[in-house]
Amino acid sequence: MKRRAFLRGSATAAAAPFVLNGLSVKALAGNPMFEAVQAAACEDRVLVLIQMVGGNDGLNTVIPLDQYAEYKAARSNIAIAETAALKLTNATGLHPNMSLLAQMYTAGKVRVVQGVGYPIPNYSHFRSTDIWLSGSDSEEVIATGWMGRYLENTYPGFPLGYPNATMPDPLAIQVGSTISPGLEATNANMGMAFTDPNTYFNIVNGNTPVGVGARAGAELAYVRTIGQQIERFAAPVKAAAGRATNKSTKYPAVRTNPLADQLKLVAQLIAGGLKTRIYICTISGFDTHAYQNQGGPGSPVPHGTLLQQISVAVDAFQDDLRLLAVQDRVIGMTFSEFGRRIKSNAGGGTDHGAAAPIILFGTSVVSGVLGENPTIPTNPSPEDNLPMQYDFRSVYATLLHDWFCVPPEIIRTMLFREFPRLQLLQGGSTTGGIMESLADPSTQLRVAPNPISSTASITFTAPQGPIELSIFDASGKQLARLMEGDHAGGASSASYNLSSLSSGYYYIRLQHRSGAKVIPVTVQH
Amino acid sequence: MALTPYSGTWGTAQAAHLVRRTMIGATPADVQNALGKGLNGAVDALLTDSPEPREPIAYLKTGSVAEGGNWASSSYEDGSDNTRNAFLRTWWIDIMMNQDFSAREKMTLFWANHYSTGSTQVHDARYMFNQNALLRANAFGSAKDLTKAVTFDPAMLRYLSGASNTKANPNENYARELQELFTIGKGPEVAPGDYVFYTEADVKMAAKVLTGWKDDQAGMKPVFTSANHDNGTKTFSHRYSQRAITGGNSQVGATRELDDLLTMIYDQPEAARFLARKLYRFFVDYVVTPEIEADIIESLAQVLRDNNYEVRPALKALFTSSWFYDAERMACVIKTPVELVLGTFRLFHPADLYPTDSKLLHWAYRAVHRTMATMAQDLFNPPNVAGLPAYYQAPAYHELWINADTLQKRVRFTNEIALDGYQLDESYEKSYLDPFLIRPWLSDPTDAVKLVNDVAAVVFAVPINEAQRQALVDILLTGQPMSTWASAWLAYEGNPSDATKAVVELRLRTLLKFMLGMAEYQVC
Repeated sequence: MKRRAFLRGSATAAAAPFVLNGLSVKALAGNPMFEAVQAAACEDRVLVLIQMVGGNDGLNTVIPLDQYAEYKAARSNIAIAETAALKLTNATGLHPNMSLLAQMYTAGKVRVVQGVGYPIPNYSHFRSTDIWLSGSDSEEVIATGWMGRYLENTYPGFPLGYPNATMPDPLAIQVGSTISPGLEATNANMGMAFTDPNTYFNIVNGNTPVGVGARAGAELAYVRTIGQQIERFAAPVKAAAGRATNKSTKYPAVRTNPLADQLKLVAQLIAGGLKTRIYICTISGFDTHAYQNQGGPGSPVPHGTLLQQISVAVDAFQDDLRLLAVQDRVIGMTFSEFGRRIKSNAGGGTDHGAAAPIILFGTSVVSGVLGENPTIPTNPSPEDNLPMQYDFRSVYATLLHDWFCVPPEIIRTMLFREFPRLQLLQGGSTTGGIMESLADPSTQLRVAPNPISSTASITFTAPQGPIELSIFDASGKQLARLMEGDHAGGASSASYNLSSLSSGYYYIRLQHRSGAKVIPVTVQH
Repeated sequence: MALTPYSGTWGTAQAAHLVRRTMIGATPADVQNALGKGLNGAVDALLTDSPEPREPIAYLKTGSVAEGGNWASSSYEDGSDNTRNAFLRTWWIDIMMNQDFSAREKMTLFWANHYSTGSTQVHDARYMFNQNALLRANAFGSAKDLTKAVTFDPAMLRYLSGASNTKANPNENYARELQELFTIGKGPEVAPGDYVFYTEADVKMAAKVLTGWKDDQAGMKPVFTSANHDNGTKTFSHRYSQRAITGGNSQVGATRELDDLLTMIYDQPEAARFLARKLYRFFVDYVVTPEIEADIIESLAQVLRDNNYEVRPALKALFTSSWFYDAERMACVIKTPVELVLGTFRLFHPADLYPTDSKLLHWAYRAVHRTMATMAQDLFNPPNVAGLPAYYQAPAYHELWINADTLQKRVRFTNEIALDGYQLDESYEKSYLDPFLIRPWLSDPTDAVKLVNDVAAVVFAVPINEAQRQALVDILLTGQPMSTWASAWLAYEGNPSDATKAVVELRLRTLLKFMLGMAEYQVC
């Protein structure tokens, strides 16, 4: 595996100048011109990330109603009843326990993005989480997080010189005692962790344990006192919490829904005036290898209960943001380290998978479902997985560009290469890289013959711009890029010799600047 | 109670406590060694003299000294002296980083603080080297003999103006500090110029005894000039029972005068107490109540008196006493920057901090010295002749190591070596500890709780409570269940590829970063 250390300063060093009002300006954070642009546009925007820990079963979250028979056949012991699914579109339905989220969808505050993943799926919890948080390719180990790189670019030199008048608050807050590797930057972690701002807990604190002498206890207490002082953000966080109280009555009782407790705190801090840009909340329990629907050993909380908790928590949070008059400043996003297997197992659960939908919410999202349902094979093997439709780094690129107003050249260094942006947010730029659905889906991508015995002809229509045509195997793993580069625009066709592939089920994926399309094909020798 | 010998269990807790106080950081190997030797065996081994084989070499060519040449035996070169001082610091760090099972370096640090001498004022790195070598050679020896040797030491002659002290123009600098800092200590001023244990008049008299010496730079040795020596009788105050010291001519006579002076001072019961108190504060705890003074300090002082001020018997009595192994004496000392930084390196042995190439060594230890200096411990460069405030400034004493600025630096250091990357000089890449080197500490690396407990047992001098343990386990697991960690570890051990390793490595580093950043890691 290649190891690429993200060297200090490499983001700024690699940034190309951009032109602002006719002046060529180096897009460095720390350049007053750049800071002025940033400050004017996007300074008060907040991103709330909800990490679903364990690998969320996307197929039971966003149910492909247009292929219900295949869906049911693949996982009859856990399939959601067709009539129970809450319809988002004719083709998709939400898990029945997410009624409040479905209502938010109807009210235009939810964007579902289908099939988010990456080319070479990794099925290790830790490794795939690291991939999502670092924004790396599957084969590379990156020591920093995508959010960390964004924050250190925006606030260069952190923590030296911070807090200051321009940014007196933590850059990112993780609710909970650990700090996400997603916030790791080249020199320090950009985040701050705590559970309750009023009794500011950090790992430095602890009560004097049994068996420690009074003298040792006294010296430890002294060190902790100084530790409190140097936690310079404790004061602004406490102050912010003190300035605002939650207004929504929709929050469930404390400690009955951990995610709701976290989001409640987040709402309070946003309303209290913290300039913090990123909040991370977590909800665990999604590794549903067995007893997925009813709960049992290994997965004590039923999947449906977890989804319900998310639905209730997000709904209360959004309601609170509205009542606190900060809703337009905030968007939220769920993500998980991977989806789960198409076919359920005999234990009433699912094993680790590949791509899955993510859900964005807020008043600034473009409402609706982006992308198509994955194609459910008629007779999936236990190893089959859903191929990606959109790369998760396209989601990040979109958030960085459309929400946080980071220039494209800087995004390219933050994510290490170009990823086409998606239509996620209102007012997102409509030029260059945004994907919209084409008018005639049938002309987007076609493979003939299908089944393929040796040579296939792939025909597609794409707008002018960069394209990528690749082939995935049934486990959702990208095998090869058949074509990539700049497309002149219009229809195109190419033949490929696929006789070296063993017989089986594959996917052809086309990505162009206006869309992505994935179609299943069979190879049969 | 006095210094009753310890007769309780000789277990890991006791062995680790002894090693933490007498060495720089306590590796599991050191602790096992102490455990295996038993209390008396361990203490005897720790107090054994040993020669220092490392020569003060030039890690890079400087002036006319070739790379690898011994700059301390070369002539003084004005343009190279700063570099030589840098080499000197690297040399001492190198010794400490590779220390044997011995209290020798801790005692050298003690003496270097006790007889504080600053390289800037001395302005000759060879002098500083010689003084350090002198202190090390006499690590466990007689304080009285050492004081005599230090008095004539060229570095001290320059630092405290002994070299300018002549009959015509007496200079009281050394005479004062000799009494105030090196031997008997100053009491409260009970009458004008009367400090209970000596008076201002005694300072002037002692200065006369010390006249006539200076340093010969070429020979790096003291030189005596009779014409500059005051050979009259020196009569001291009622604090010294009006003792008179007959003047002497010649170097022999003047040396005899110094012997008489030191005998006069060390005959005072307070001299032994002063030294005993300093040793106690250095090795045990800064709190000295009247009870501790009357009991423990006095007992230690008596051992010193009974043994011509040789510190070995006193340290032996201290380190084998039940007082020393009492729970109240454990984990109550805030680590000095040397203990924090070099102790961490000794514990985790990062490869970059133990290079075989001498250039790399110097570039590494130059950065390490700077790190410690920003935490207020600048080797060979004390803030003033009183030494490090942690050892004398009441009421806070070693709490002075920790303030809003230095604590940030201390935590930043451990953050960097564990995860964020520690920057050595002339190095493109950052340096990190290797978290997999802790494998021998772990009874069962697949069990997250046991892992946290095993690491805590090595790195902390105090137990952690349940809330802390759980929080640390959560940090390792990052929200996943215990089984995910177990699988990840087994996957790595079964197939140590870059991929399986990276997964485990990130979490181990993050855990270590948090643990080393805890208050518990600041004490020993």
